[in-house]
Amino acid sequence: MTVVEQKLLGLNGDEAVAYAIKQVNPDVVAAYPITPQTIIVERFSEYVADGEVETEFIAVESEHSALSTCIGAEAAGGRAFTCTAANGLALMWEMTYIAASLRLPIVMAVVNRALSAPINIHNDHSDSMGARDSGWIQLYCENSQEAYDTAIQAWRIGEHPEVQLPVMICLDGFILSHTLENVLTLPDEVVREFIGERSFPRVQGHLGEAEFRLDPEHPITMGPLDLYDFYFEHKRPQVEAMKRALPVIEEVGREYGRISGRTYSLLHPYRLEDAEIAVVGLGSTMGTARVVVDRLRSRGVKAGLLRVRAFRPFPAHEILKALSHVEAVGVLDRCASFGALGGPLFMEVRNAFYDSAERPIISDYIYGLGGRDMSMEMLEEVFKSLEEDRRAGRPLELVRYIGLRE
Amino acid sequence: MSLREMAKQPDLLAPGHRLCAGCGEAVTARLVLKAVRGPTIVTAATGCLEVATTIFPYTAWDLPWIHTAFENAAANASGIEAAFRAMKRKGRGPLAKYEHIDVIAFAGDGGTYDIGLQALSGALERGHDFVYVLLDNEAYMNTGIQRSGGTPRCAATTTSPAGRVIPGKREWKKPIDEIVVAHEIPYVATVSASYPTDLIRKMRCALEAEGPAFIHAFVPCPRGWRFPSEQTIALGRLAVQTCLFPLWECRLEEGRPRYTLSSPSLSIAKNPERKRPIEEYLEKQGRFRHLFRPERRDDLIKEIQEWVDLKWERLLEKAL
Repeated sequence: MTVVEQKLLGLNGDEAVAYAIKQVNPDVVAAYPITPQTIIVERFSEYVADGEVETEFIAVESEHSALSTCIGAEAAGGRAFTCTAANGLALMWEMTYIAASLRLPIVMAVVNRALSAPINIHNDHSDSMGARDSGWIQLYCENSQEAYDTAIQAWRIGEHPEVQLPVMICLDGFILSHTLENVLTLPDEVVREFIGERSFPRVQGHLGEAEFRLDPEHPITMGPLDLYDFYFEHKRPQVEAMKRALPVIEEVGREYGRISGRTYSLLHPYRLEDAEIAVVGLGSTMGTARVVVDRLRSRGVKAGLLRVRAFRPFPAHEILKALSHVEAVGVLDRCASFGALGGPLFMEVRNAFYDSAERPIISDYIYGLGGRDMSMEMLEEVFKSLEEDRRAGRPLELVRYIGLRE
Repeated sequence: MSLREMAKQPDLLAPGHRLCAGCGEAVTARLVLKAVRGPTIVTAATGCLEVATTIFPYTAWDLPWIHTAFENAAANASGIEAAFRAMKRKGRGPLAKYEHIDVIAFAGDGGTYDIGLQALSGALERGHDFVYVLLDNEAYMNTGIQRSGGTPRCAATTTSPAGRVIPGKREWKKPIDEIVVAHEIPYVATVSASYPTDLIRKMRCALEAEGPAFIHAFVPCPRGWRFPSEQTIALGRLAVQTCLFPLWECRLEEGRPRYTLSSPSLSIAKNPERKRPIEEYLEKQGRFRHLFRPERRDDLIKEIQEWVDLKWERLLEKAL
């Protein structure tokens, strides 16, 4: 397949997601407005009002009902999409686990925003990080183009027969959601052909083999009471499905690359091959970090970066391969994990190296909570301290706070 | 539907489930499903009905069924109904081939009066075409008889015990039917398994209504109300005969709610002497024992009777 001709549109991150979902034309979109996600529901409502989609758009009365409605729709064999942020995701919390455990490949955009209290509408990752153990695949986007591209790939990843899990597309609130960018968009028919029709795993129901959905001709019971004699056996396949999602994310990212010219993977390294110091992080900050890496390189500093696109499932093996040769690694966490050794990404990265003979110096940098900007100067400061760690042969501080008045 | 025809309908809730002997929910759910008219999908809130009928790897449900959580039966139903509509519109998807699919949501009083009220209100306001069946056994029975917004005044529950100072629940039962009717949906009805033909007829009307319909079933609970399990049907009948739980239906006609009384509430309205005192109903249940022993609380019994009378009068004003 060759790269198809694409249309360049000026879209912000929210609009890019809404546009992709319009092209996907799911059966049900159920959502509740919350800043900075609102543009997605507004644009999508316009598509519905103008008859550009065949979707049932349901303006529900809460985020809890948004996800519950998507669960009902997906269980009935439909495709369902929702989107939220911060407190909205927190209100959904109960249903995030249920959606994943019922193995329903719902797609949800989380426009990352700080959790209350105090109330704050700006970006950090405390919301989606709070859902990191809920059984959802989590893909963090660097820019609006990626938000668009991921909102298409997500269906193929989640609905893959080996996976059957919901997918969270994470994009930074305001930084991406409200910032106009050039976005290349695929023709509608290319998107529809790429995602195809939803298929269903076959299960052993009480009346014989059936597709795993609410089917009047082959009825099954979904979401039963499941106690100590079977619950554990039902959890293990969820763990395995997450692992199987790793190659699927790569495979779908490659296939998408063949038609769009934009290939995606689990990790996106930059100038890492010969790097002595590097940062690891998620989302839009890594775009800024790329410029900083170039600036440092021009001064002769061997700096590099690793952007983690897939946080769940966590690509530990690939992280080892990518970072083993680096001498000092700084993990950028836009989230605090209260009472833990460091931020969530730090804990995962550091843990991945436990059994490795080649272990870089690894330290954590907590930054940007509540939308505080991460400037190029702050990132230079991070690299400077990594250089000091490298010379010292140990982390001079395990957890540092960047851009904080103390 | 006659009793003879009813008997011929398949049992979509199979025997062998683990609900208690004499459970009003089991009888009611079975009768509700006798009214099914075609392809149907059922969703249920967390509660006795759900846990006792679906202990993996067994199930009592002979139709597609899903449970997800406690407070969201109406939202789950919204999604199922919307997915069907979208598939119909597109002419694609696994449900597209059906002319129509009925969606039924079952929930208890906890899942309706309390934790599920918001999801219910939202689904009614949005006008989804589904039937919501409230199985009202007047407390959180599944977790061990805690009070809910549906628990009547003076009833003893594990969180509104009859103590030396406080005689059971202090609040009156929430007027859920009026809350639902206020949403101006096409059909609302009260039913009791003690009047099975009325129940099935109303359930069929609810399924036939275009848009949301609400069935409020009065469901005696031998364990929670403390009465012998063979008395379920008799006690349900007494609730109707005392006018504590009158049988009626309400259709939205030209934008106005039109209430109609059903038998036997209709004949009681015409012959008020047939209305039985509430005391006959209260004295048969352990949850009201403290109204009679160690000493008789005439003040409270009178208060309850006055409340029943007032509610009945208010219904008659609307229904006649």
